[in-house]
Amino acid sequence: MTKEEKHILAKWAMNHALENGAQQASVSIANSQSSSVEVREQKIDKLEQAIQSSLSIRLFVDGKYSAHSTSRMKKEELARFIEEAIEGTRFLSEDEFRTLPEPELYYKGEGENLDLLDENFSKITPKEKIDLAFAAEKEVFGKDERLISVSCSYYDGLNERITVTSNGFEGYTANSHFGIFTSVSVDGGEARPESGWSESAIKYNKLKKEGTGKIALERALKKIGQEKIESGTMSMIVENRSMGRIFGPLINALNGSAIQQKNSFLIDKLGKKVVSDKLTLIDDPFIIGGRGSRLFDGEGLATKKRPVFNKGVLETYYIDTYYGKKLKMAPTSGGTTNLVFETSNKNLDEMVASTKKGILVTGFNGGNCNGSTGDFSYGIDGFLIENGQLTKPVSEMNITGNMLTLWSNIGEIGNDVNKNSSWLTPSVLFENVDFSGI
Amino acid sequence: MKVDRRNFIKTSGMFAAGSMVLPPFMQSCQNVQISADVKNYLDHFEVSTEMLQKVVATAMSKGGDYADLFFEHKTSNSIGLEDGKVNRAYSNIDFGVGIRVLKGDQTGFAYSENIALDDMLNAAKLAANIADSSSDFKQQAFSEKLPSDYYKISKKWEDVSVKDKVPFVQGINDKIFSLDDKVIKVNAGLSDETSFVLFYNSEGRLTYDYRPMVSFYAVCIMQKGEQIENAYAARSVRKGFEWLNEDLIDELANEAISKTNILFEAVKPKAGEMPVVLGAGGSGILLHEAIGHTFEADFNRKGTSIFSDKLNKKVAENFINIIDDGTLPNDRGAINIDDEGNDVQKTYLVKDGILNSYIHDRISAKHYGVEPTGNGRREGFRNMPLPRMRSTYMENGPHSVEQIFAEVDYGVYVDNFSNGEVKIGAGDFTFFVKSGYIIEKGKLTRPIKDINIVGNGPQALADISMAANDYKNDSGTWTCGKDGQSVPVTLGLPTVLVKKMTVGGTNA
Repeated sequence: MTKEEKHILAKWAMNHALENGAQQASVSIANSQSSSVEVREQKIDKLEQAIQSSLSIRLFVDGKYSAHSTSRMKKEELARFIEEAIEGTRFLSEDEFRTLPEPELYYKGEGENLDLLDENFSKITPKEKIDLAFAAEKEVFGKDERLISVSCSYYDGLNERITVTSNGFEGYTANSHFGIFTSVSVDGGEARPESGWSESAIKYNKLKKEGTGKIALERALKKIGQEKIESGTMSMIVENRSMGRIFGPLINALNGSAIQQKNSFLIDKLGKKVVSDKLTLIDDPFIIGGRGSRLFDGEGLATKKRPVFNKGVLETYYIDTYYGKKLKMAPTSGGTTNLVFETSNKNLDEMVASTKKGILVTGFNGGNCNGSTGDFSYGIDGFLIENGQLTKPVSEMNITGNMLTLWSNIGEIGNDVNKNSSWLTPSVLFENVDFSGI
Repeated sequence: MKVDRRNFIKTSGMFAAGSMVLPPFMQSCQNVQISADVKNYLDHFEVSTEMLQKVVATAMSKGGDYADLFFEHKTSNSIGLEDGKVNRAYSNIDFGVGIRVLKGDQTGFAYSENIALDDMLNAAKLAANIADSSSDFKQQAFSEKLPSDYYKISKKWEDVSVKDKVPFVQGINDKIFSLDDKVIKVNAGLSDETSFVLFYNSEGRLTYDYRPMVSFYAVCIMQKGEQIENAYAARSVRKGFEWLNEDLIDELANEAISKTNILFEAVKPKAGEMPVVLGAGGSGILLHEAIGHTFEADFNRKGTSIFSDKLNKKVAENFINIIDDGTLPNDRGAINIDDEGNDVQKTYLVKDGILNSYIHDRISAKHYGVEPTGNGRREGFRNMPLPRMRSTYMENGPHSVEQIFAEVDYGVYVDNFSNGEVKIGAGDFTFFVKSGYIIEKGKLTRPIKDINIVGNGPQALADISMAANDYKNDSGTWTCGKDGQSVPVTLGLPTVLVKKMTVGGTNA
């Protein structure tokens, strides 16, 4: 389907809902194409191609709400699908808080191009893709006698979405991504340590095409001899790429649903100092070429640049239309865009050098966080730091604590921001973390 | 199970019962012997035996060794309760065919959401590219495979109106509120899913499956003073509407209440290595993470699992038998055929303490020269099959629960979990304990909560020193993720003692 055909179908589906009993409706048609190739032992191991499309519809019927999606796009089936969905919605209880957003909050179309789509997406040949995966493998294959296995993948994808709502919003988004990933296993005696490294980009010509193999091998070899050490309270530096596991719960606690459903440790904390004054965080949707950049959110609400934490003071929640009504708060947005940390001038090496005793965490293994209380416990692996030096690889250990305590104990926020993600996390040094080992 | 034509065809099982859309009449059979059941499935997907053969021939056209077609039509419905009312419903329809071509260990894969012949042929051409020679493929005669019947149901979900589901979800909310004054909120929901699967491969095998699933859950949120805690209770099975009743509501409500109440008194244990007693049931997560994943033969074929060189070697005490089973009646992890059209088995992974079998899909079974174990599973038609677990459990051991506790001077007892993870190569696995107890001198003392336990697979397996005779299957909503694909599983365990694992906690 062309963009115009999708627009017509979306409008038709919306009107069909309105004609058959819905007072409000919102329809999105999403489609994507993707390909991936994985190589092993100088052969193609897996070759995958996909083209996908689906229609989703949100229905507001006599004060009642439901949402549906289907990959069956034929009009006659969609008509029946929508009619049945409306009939069924009538059996639910009313929910006075369910409406489409206020039209004045919608994105109106004046934003600049955020540059999220590679116009040459379809011009990259299968041979180029396969060659990139083989090139990554060549960086590793036969380079070390301890090597057990290396897998290298190239992948790409293009996503488009068109949305129409019955109170006047129409929006279209398109974005692309490209990536290379190498995973390596090495013989470490009994254990077979593994490590991976990835590079990704929104545009093909910005993709770093070399180095994943070399880095993955180096990182796997450094893990040989991992062991647990004695339990103790000490400093922890979390490497930038691994930060998501302990940063995520802080962001989840800001979600309108979590606040309203009492599943957050940051209820009633707006405007209060809740963590270290070293944490200043901005949600910036307008970074050109940013992984999380967008002009409007899933509901069509225009995005805004917002402070999230300012010197440890909580400045915003993430509130969508529904939970905004329930909480009697103005909607902000249903989710994060690009999260930008204010950093110090220290890089990871300098943070390690300044640490007397601690652990550099380079990976997490399971664990969870209690959303109501912020209590957490996670498995970790990484390296012991003694007198500013990495002295041995460690694994099979846990960290345990509380999110508010952890984020109040920031020692340093590094300047080594990971640009491969919409959460632009740097490495962070935390003090007084409980590690369990032997 | 047998399915009549009427039930195939609905656009959605979500709503008013009895509505349907009839497909155009299709001539699905050439001059071949096809049973009425298979013909129903062919009609359902609007394909003929001739089309199947054409698509497979195209898939094999570049010299592949093998090709298969996996047709799937899945309808998912759910209703949810928040703030006292069943005030939301969701549904989804997925429909398409996945086409896979193998050349040795190599895989080509593509899918189509349209089942018109041209669309399928295009996808088949893409998948065919894994091979790069010419074809000497000869069509095989159709060979029908009658699937097993592990999930008999009475009332199909596609015949159930949302109207009839609402009272159960409302009921569990009301029950939970009636049980304890500390309850401030309840979240609850009921999800059902119905999949029709049709499978055909280049060897001529033609088979099908009808897969029902239902999940019912409630989250209980309680407040005591300033402290807010929550916990959930959930069940998931391959059963029909007849499964829902008042007793189930009572059971889940009481479980959610008691799991939440314990959290108000719970503390963190001291950090470090200690004996861990795993309660019967959900503690089977130990097997899933510590052993199950590392036994998946794709990892072992590539040499990346810590168990890669341990086949036929002693890995545990003699009394230990560990099974991965796809045949448990109405179990969430049961499948009548696997997603490669193979028979499903009860597979002994560890037999009398010896590593007896890996978990195989077609590729790995061929690599190891063994029969497939029926573990080739996929999330849906958009994914290629991988070796995956089904229901993973340990058989009863020779000890009593009392004997096990008597062994522990200081340690923890754990029986309520939320999630786990494993590093295949290092063998390090973890599971997150939502709640449990400290054991002191053989007795349960303070409750504990929110701690991670980490161990090493081969070491933990060897360290299981005692197992009781109280095996329990856990029919929670366990979902296993691997390579971005989710599949439903279950697990089970008798009470066991692991001599030592590293328990998260404080050092104060």
